[in-house]
Amino acid sequence: MSGAVAPAPFLRMNGIVKTFPGVKALDGVSFDVRAGEVHALVGENGAGKSTLMKVLAGAYRADGGTVEIDERVVTIDGPKAAEALGIGMIYQEFNLVPDLRVVDNLLLGHEPVRGVFLDRSGAVARASAILAELGVSVPLDLPARRLTVAQQQMVEIAKSLARKARIIVMDEPTAALTEREIDALFALIQKLRAQGVAFVYISHRLEELPRISDRITVIRDGRTIETRPTAALPQHEMVAMMVGRSLATHFPKLPPVDEHAPVVLSVRGLCAQTGVAVHDVTFDVRAGEIVGLAGLVGAGRTDVVRAVAGADVPSAGDVFVQGRRVVAYSPHDAIGAGIAFITEDRKGQGLVLGMNVRENTTLAHLGRFARHGFVDRTKEEATTTDEIAELRIRTPSSEQLVRNLSGGNQQKVVLAKWLIGDAAVYLFDEPTRGIDIGAKAEIYALMVGLLGRGKGIVMVSSELPEVLGMSHRVLVMRQGRLAAEFAGTEATPERVIAAAAGLAA
Amino acid sequence: MSVNDAARAGDATQAKATLEADARGARSRQNRALLLRVIGALALLAVVVAVVDALSHGAFLTAGNLTNVLRQITYNAILGIGQTFVIITAGIDLSVGSLIELTGVVMATFANNVPFHGPLLLGVTLLVGLAVGCFAGFVNAVPVVRLNLPPFITTLAMMLMARGLAFKLAHGQPVTLTDSTAFDATGTGFLFAPLLRPLGFPGIPVPVLWMIVLVVVFAVVLTRTRFGRYVFAIGGNEEAARLAGINVARVKTLVYVISGGCAAVAGLLLMARFGSGSPNTGIGSELQSIAAVVVGGTSLMGGRGSVVATFFGALLIGLLNNVMNLLNIESYTQDIVLGAVILVAVVVDELRKRYLRT
Repeated sequence: MSGAVAPAPFLRMNGIVKTFPGVKALDGVSFDVRAGEVHALVGENGAGKSTLMKVLAGAYRADGGTVEIDERVVTIDGPKAAEALGIGMIYQEFNLVPDLRVVDNLLLGHEPVRGVFLDRSGAVARASAILAELGVSVPLDLPARRLTVAQQQMVEIAKSLARKARIIVMDEPTAALTEREIDALFALIQKLRAQGVAFVYISHRLEELPRISDRITVIRDGRTIETRPTAALPQHEMVAMMVGRSLATHFPKLPPVDEHAPVVLSVRGLCAQTGVAVHDVTFDVRAGEIVGLAGLVGAGRTDVVRAVAGADVPSAGDVFVQGRRVVAYSPHDAIGAGIAFITEDRKGQGLVLGMNVRENTTLAHLGRFARHGFVDRTKEEATTTDEIAELRIRTPSSEQLVRNLSGGNQQKVVLAKWLIGDAAVYLFDEPTRGIDIGAKAEIYALMVGLLGRGKGIVMVSSELPEVLGMSHRVLVMRQGRLAAEFAGTEATPERVIAAAAGLAA
Repeated sequence: MSVNDAARAGDATQAKATLEADARGARSRQNRALLLRVIGALALLAVVVAVVDALSHGAFLTAGNLTNVLRQITYNAILGIGQTFVIITAGIDLSVGSLIELTGVVMATFANNVPFHGPLLLGVTLLVGLAVGCFAGFVNAVPVVRLNLPPFITTLAMMLMARGLAFKLAHGQPVTLTDSTAFDATGTGFLFAPLLRPLGFPGIPVPVLWMIVLVVVFAVVLTRTRFGRYVFAIGGNEEAARLAGINVARVKTLVYVISGGCAAVAGLLLMARFGSGSPNTGIGSELQSIAAVVVGGTSLMGGRGSVVATFFGALLIGLLNNVMNLLNIESYTQDIVLGAVILVAVVVDELRKRYLRT
């Protein structure tokens, strides 16, 4: 930041308190955002960032505290009120209507009309004007579901601006973007802030904050810890504030792989046509080994693990677990063969949100808790309580609905569900996406623990440091095929990126 | 270091003990909340009953009348059991009304043409009815689980086909039982009549006993078995359930088979009561059964619901009909009131949930 006099804040949130049954989610959070500023909000999952932003967006009503806009106290009693005040909210899961065209999504709720009829040409004109102003090109006629994640995000931003937003809240905007798309997003943010639009930027990717944010506010346990200019807050100090303790090494040391260890998973000539087409993928995983699957978004990494796990039916190829061929492919068969699949989308695929921790934990192995078809709840509860203690899942009890847990704790419930089984191979798809540093470290430790028990692990991750730090071997995928393989120290960021992008290394 | 480990182990044990205590606490809190709700509902009921009884000059609060209400709701409650299972998986079964008719006609025709008598005839006839009802449920389920077609459509098609088939088989007329002796006790009999009559009770109608047994059995199936847990899991998040290795197709198929089976039992009880299987007795009962489920608080979005609550939903609707009859309210007005009550019940339930959430 230059030495200019700081202008009065555009938005100020003062001592915000929000209590849910049994949990004090916000306990007096304060922070402010100036016009044209990018203000990063960081904290572990469950620290209260999302709750705070939902208060701002009118999704929740605060129990205490005030919100000021332009130094006037305002009441935000619903999403409409927030919109009228110039507050735009872009959630991690976008709010586009998948089957509506881009132009209709952009102007949803504000369609230009001529009499009682929709003014189609007027809508197209307005939508293209907005997009042109942003300098982004998205086909207006496509239904939203056909857009890439980055394009959907652009449409969300354009949508906020169409509603005259003066402050835009972005929750994990880069989580699913490629490097190039992130560059484009940051350029757009810079352009808009020059026009006076303010941003609240929530992210777990701390390394990108110096590139984009002016100030950073750290939140922990529902309280503001500190607000500082980005330049004055080194990353290690920020992490220490977030976790309330200093975190030494990021990745645990992986035990070496015994080269005579048996192969627990063998994939031969696997092809799949269900999502991104996957061609002729062949690899082995030994007991005690982590194989990382790297590659750009859309390279087919998830499609490989989904096919191995029976979530999609492979079109060709064979999968062997501990030397035995897996037949008649379905998730049920894969589980029976000893494959556990920890999906990337925990809310959509990993959990039944309306069920409690106990019911989710035992769901995949309910047979072990049942006798003659009747479920033994006492036994279920004993196992669940063990897992809660073992994985340090923060929940009031085993009877809490998983809907009410934070992201990191939800992910731990997904893990508990597979850990209580005795699989030979664990497939992790983005195991730490959107969860906080403390929980990440715990999940890494857990993976090392699995290695010690002779399990094989395949890990898909979009975070390069994670792939490099947590794999014995890295397989790089490109356009549905295995493009390269790097063992141990051969795997450098430069090589992996080059292979993923199809450049000669 | 070993001291540290020991301390940590101690912490873990303690944390576990706390968790267990918390789980117990949560359960007892839930139980207490439930108890409060039941007491509240009973208090309200008592007031309503007193008022209604006064208005009907004492005709309402008699053992005979209340027993009658129970017998009248039997068919709806039994259909509601199957419907509850289907709706928890986020499905719907529109075919149960016509399946009452189809199974009734088939069972009556069968009973008239076989040389059996007594309990054997009753049992075999029921099995035939169950086979027809369950098979129809299976047919309902196949396009739903194989092609992911909406159950609204497949069961609507079954509703039309089953009714048409019933009319064809019966040549448009009720099929009267030539000898109804094997079925009389089931349709119109009373249990413990000699014992209860001196006390002013006519006895327990046999169909009511069937209903109670079915409600208890299926409530246990839904809340205590693996199958029941899977039904909830599929309704809550079908993809998560599939990836957990649950055979979603099998569970969903079974749910429609149960619904068809429940329709067959209701068909048997109706046939036994009237001494005939008729191709138009079930018109509208599919919607009645959905009403019972919804008034009982089961969500049409799936993932939540209870067989016992459906029973009370059916009971509430039955009591309302009965009261309006006693008060000589004409049938058109009755429909208006019933519709309004269903709407109010759902709205109140939704508001209560929102109030609890924030």
